[in-house]
Amino acid sequence: MGIEKIEKVTVKVAPGVRQVPGAPVYLTTIDKIINWARAGSMWPVTFGLACCAIEMMATGASHYDLDRFGIIFRATPRQADVLIVAGTVTKKMAPIVRRVYDQMPEPKYVIAMGSCACSGGVFRTYAVAQGCDEFLPVDVYVPGCPPRPEALLYGLVSLQEKIKRESKRWGCWR
Amino acid sequence: MEELLKELQSKFPEVIEKVEQKDVPTIICKREGFLDFIKYLKEEKKFDYLIDLCGVDYLNYKPGGVPERFEVVYHLYSISMRILIRIKVRVPENDCWHYSVTPLWKTANWFERECYDMFGIRFKGHPDLRRVLMPYDWKGYPLRKDYPLFLDDEHEWKTYKELKARYKGKR
Repeated sequence: MGIEKIEKVTVKVAPGVRQVPGAPVYLTTIDKIINWARAGSMWPVTFGLACCAIEMMATGASHYDLDRFGIIFRATPRQADVLIVAGTVTKKMAPIVRRVYDQMPEPKYVIAMGSCACSGGVFRTYAVAQGCDEFLPVDVYVPGCPPRPEALLYGLVSLQEKIKRESKRWGCWR
Repeated sequence: MEELLKELQSKFPEVIEKVEQKDVPTIICKREGFLDFIKYLKEEKKFDYLIDLCGVDYLNYKPGGVPERFEVVYHLYSISMRILIRIKVRVPENDCWHYSVTPLWKTANWFERECYDMFGIRFKGHPDLRRVLMPYDWKGYPLRKDYPLFLDDEHEWKTYKELKARYKGKR
């Protein structure tokens, strides 16, 4: 069956998703459906390093309510998909942050929350890592000192958008 | 208070160098005989509470032309008499040690470890003198005035350097 014929017998219900009229049958790509599932259930690990963690907790609490995005905090990296680096990463803490990241199953994402996690912030000193991207692959940077919950929400939604555009990033294609 | 300071001066003339009346009565004393002096303060004069213990580095700032580089500062409080007192002991750089007061106050344990961590002043008689804040294999004493604010690649902490070399820019 050619593409033209498929387009003739189905209708577009969403970008990249088509339905056979009157039947519970949808057509889409496998990337699209996997990315949809991943973006809809990003589970971050509860891992706070400094004052940004307070703001992260506020974002997770009832007023801003991360649950409505399918974002549920997990208390172990082994059940988590997202690492929110919330706060100043000292050099002494850096190997531990990296270990938490290594313990997460793939696919996994990193959000650098706050100026310190993005670039070291005001702490240009001997003891502080100048941004957690020195040892982690960061997907989204959220600046601010600390960022408002809205800013973190925007970062999480940006990460969802990024996940929805992904193709062949994880798995045997790498 | 005046009487107490006078009594201390007459009882420990070799230990006490100077008594200053600042915001808090300050006793500057020598390292030799310091342990007897502070033991007397605790056990006879009821200065039972060690509020804090910290180090000072007078590298390029010499108030009164004092040759010693370091200073250890104690704040003692007497709960029964409600008096605060400050004790300073000077420690030279090339003979960088001081007596530990951990046998007298358990609080002093981590204070002295921090002081050792930040200034490199060794405390004689301390039960477990390790670093507290910095990693155990850290080189140098960060709160010394000649310690650089930012480390170059050569002096970077080894563990962090390896971490960076292994993971920077990689997925």
